[in-house]
Amino acid sequence: MTGLRPLIILFAGFAATVDSMAAQVPVREEPVHFQGTRPLEEESKAAAIRDYLQAWKSFHAALEQNRPELLDSDFVGTAKDRLADTIQQQGKVGIRTQYQDRSHDLRILFSSPNGLSIELTDKVEYDVQVIGHDKVLTTQRESARYLVVLTPAEVRWKVRVFQSVPE
Amino acid sequence: MRPRLPFLLIGLAVAAIHLALPQVERFSSPKAVEAGAGFSMQSTGNGKATLYIIGPGQVLKRDVQLGESTTFSPGSLCYAGRYLAVLAGESFTESRSFDVAPASKPATLSFIAKPSRLPVGLHDGITGAVYVFDSYHNLITTPMPVTFELSTASGTAQKRTAASSDGAAWTSMDSTARQGIDKFVAHVGEIYSARIVAQVPGDPCGLKMSARQIGERVQLITDPVRDCNGNAVPDGTVVTFTARYGGKQSTIDEPLKHGVAEVITQIHSGTTLSVASGVVMGNQIGWDK
Repeated sequence: MTGLRPLIILFAGFAATVDSMAAQVPVREEPVHFQGTRPLEEESKAAAIRDYLQAWKSFHAALEQNRPELLDSDFVGTAKDRLADTIQQQGKVGIRTQYQDRSHDLRILFSSPNGLSIELTDKVEYDVQVIGHDKVLTTQRESARYLVVLTPAEVRWKVRVFQSVPE
Repeated sequence: MRPRLPFLLIGLAVAAIHLALPQVERFSSPKAVEAGAGFSMQSTGNGKATLYIIGPGQVLKRDVQLGESTTFSPGSLCYAGRYLAVLAGESFTESRSFDVAPASKPATLSFIAKPSRLPVGLHDGITGAVYVFDSYHNLITTPMPVTFELSTASGTAQKRTAASSDGAAWTSMDSTARQGIDKFVAHVGEIYSARIVAQVPGDPCGLKMSARQIGERVQLITDPVRDCNGNAVPDGTVVTFTARYGGKQSTIDEPLKHGVAEVITQIHSGTTLSVASGVVMGNQIGWDK
């Protein structure tokens, strides 16, 4: 992975449309390894990736501030319910967590009929910092493969499944 | 300056020894556990500490007596993902990560079938996609066979099997030759999910009209309109009659009633009559009476 880092490039199609913080996170997009029911248009692909990266920002902010409402614009269904429950549990045990993404390595895997869902995989590097009573308990660098299912909402894609899987 | 050198060397030696010694692990955690399975973590030392299990899906907290094992009963940690185990004592904090993998047994399917209504005889016209979940609604990433069946009222028409990949599988099927309500089912083992697909007649096929004199006027009437598979095209489908005479053209749109379209109109001798429905052209008649 270290050897590949110099090759990591910003995906020009959507880098300009995400705001500054997300744009600073290196994003590599692998060629589509497509097994879907129909070809995925470039616009849909760029929008799905843009909205997914935005979801990481919401995820970061919501778990850092223990504010589940920050998930509303980017998460839906099971993913939203789980993260909201986690925030509630964090509040109960007196901790906050910061999930700071460092790099993304994305690949679109699947698009279902009529564009009702898109599945992608993301080899993401991120830092997890656990804060208990305003004291940093631990900070750890993680590398995990996430499986993500996005479904369309009124004006954007929302994350419905957000799950890391053992490699 | 010289007397300080031995102290500096001793300090460096102590630091080197400290770095060379393996760090004592205060607790051990499994590398991976299955969602919903029980597991335990063994700690070392004396005194009290707090053990946190922290992930995007769940957070747990346990008071720990160091030197003892902390047990998490089945059902404690259900959501797949990467977790951090953090052991916080009075003078130390130690953490390590582990994975919670989806359970291996499928429990629910998310089945997307499109469209819910389509014409008969369409190649690859119906598509179905399935996401396979365990009982905790974790996406199961282990490949497993997914069977798709499209059955008519008279029996199974088509059956396909696809292996799921990263939790998803899909197929496409042809719509059948007969109109009606079909059942589209996805199976994984004993788990299934069903959708209804309405198959409606296709475009008219072999559209044909005839003309006959009725008094001063002419009746134009089609044969019963059917698609290429012999299904009756539904009433309401518009049929267009066109008359061309002396360089002029007039049209009459008429919906099917009881399977046929009919108009009675005045027509000059020497008129060319034609019939169409949408983009489907029918026959042509030269009216010469």
